[in-house]
Amino acid sequence: MKILQLLNKYASLAEAEPQTAATSSRREMFRRFGAATKEAATIALPLGAALLSPKKVRAQAGTSVVEVLNFALTLEYLEAEFYNMGLDASGLLSGRTRSVIQQISKHEDAHVTFLRSAIQSQNGTPVEKPEFDFTAGGTFGNVFTDEQTFLALAQAFEDTGVRAYKGQAGNLLGNDDLLLAALRIHSVEARHAAEIRRLRGSEAWIEMAENTTGVSAADAVYAGEAQTTQLGVNLESVSEIDNEGITESFDEPLSRQQVLDIAALFIT
Amino acid sequence: MKYSGFTVAAAGLIIAGCDDDDDDNIPDLEAVDLGSGDIGILNYAYALEQVESAFYAEVLRGGYYGNAPAAERQILDALNEHEQVHADFFRTAIASVGEPIPALQLDFSNINFNDRASVLTAAQTFEDLGVAAYNGAGPLLTNADFLLIAGKIVSVEARHAAAIRSLSTDVLAFAGDDIIDANGLDIALSPSQVLQVVSPFLQTPLDARNLPV
Repeated sequence: MKILQLLNKYASLAEAEPQTAATSSRREMFRRFGAATKEAATIALPLGAALLSPKKVRAQAGTSVVEVLNFALTLEYLEAEFYNMGLDASGLLSGRTRSVIQQISKHEDAHVTFLRSAIQSQNGTPVEKPEFDFTAGGTFGNVFTDEQTFLALAQAFEDTGVRAYKGQAGNLLGNDDLLLAALRIHSVEARHAAEIRRLRGSEAWIEMAENTTGVSAADAVYAGEAQTTQLGVNLESVSEIDNEGITESFDEPLSRQQVLDIAALFIT
Repeated sequence: MKYSGFTVAAAGLIIAGCDDDDDDNIPDLEAVDLGSGDIGILNYAYALEQVESAFYAEVLRGGYYGNAPAAERQILDALNEHEQVHADFFRTAIASVGEPIPALQLDFSNINFNDRASVLTAAQTFEDLGVAAYNGAGPLLTNADFLLIAGKIVSVEARHAAAIRSLSTDVLAFAGDDIIDANGLDIALSPSQVLQVVSPFLQTPLDARNLPV
């Protein structure tokens, strides 16, 4: 992979640099996470969290790190089971679509394992997997017999996942290791979303607040996506790019409650 | 033009970019200081968006794009727009809270804009690098609003990366095993790692020595 090849050329220089405890720990964190690894998922999070600068802002009061991780785990359970059931459904997925779903499924299974370990490393208890009904009480009766329906829901789940992780990042501020892990899962979900959208003939990015799933129940997944002001900057007046392009350039968060309201459709 | 690529400085971070120390009487470009703290990280992001934006502007002027199938042109058009929006955003946003870096002088002479493979390889490198940079920068921020804006951008960069990678013959490349690890985690890199990769494209040297670590 090109970036890592370029980095390997410079690897020897890292050893020559003087390091403080904090920088060496964070550098270890990047060294470990910067390279693709084939090791199995026994998670021993680095000690970086113990060496945080005291100036760091702590997580928002009232939303513990374990709560955030369990919320993420709930969504990963949903996606993992959805894809595993889809792959098990005879005749549903074939060809390139099947290969794509297999790769996504592999990641969601890995996320479940990773998050359970992360929660346990925080001395928390992982939530158990809820009972899911991907027909949503019969609304999507053909979810595992019709590829179009399956992929429409896949798009909804992935775009929701991106917005869900994004909405929780602030709650992990101050816990460098878990924030980093959450960001690294979040961007994978965005890759998934992009590819599912491409398979379905949609653009990889969200234009305005457009719901391209064809499923009106998924409108909530895209609500609030048409933003042209960011951090007080009115991009309409600052950029030559049109509003559609501006709204595509940023993905928006969803709150925990908004996400749970979407997920509730599929939890018995 | 000769350049050393980068200079490793005492704090472990670097001055990245052109350091012309020959005798050709052409003045060196002065290094631009990214700054410190959250503003430093925003300037770092702004620098990367400048690189991406300038790259796609070049792509759209090149021979590959001019002859590319419509589907590929549409992707490149969108990436060009989004990176320009990102650069426009940072230029204005940083000015309201601190000192934004100026427009950087860049050098894409090692990319063949008439060649599909050269362009797409570079695009993939820049997009994956953007993902890695924002992921790695997240834990370095202290302000929740800045963390959120970084989050809003990084997922779009990841969509970009997947879209470019999906043009490969490898159907799994969108989120391939070369970039996603066994835990299902995407790449993340430190500012110094990212700047090492970007350095060959910078004529204006960047001074990253005051960035948070």
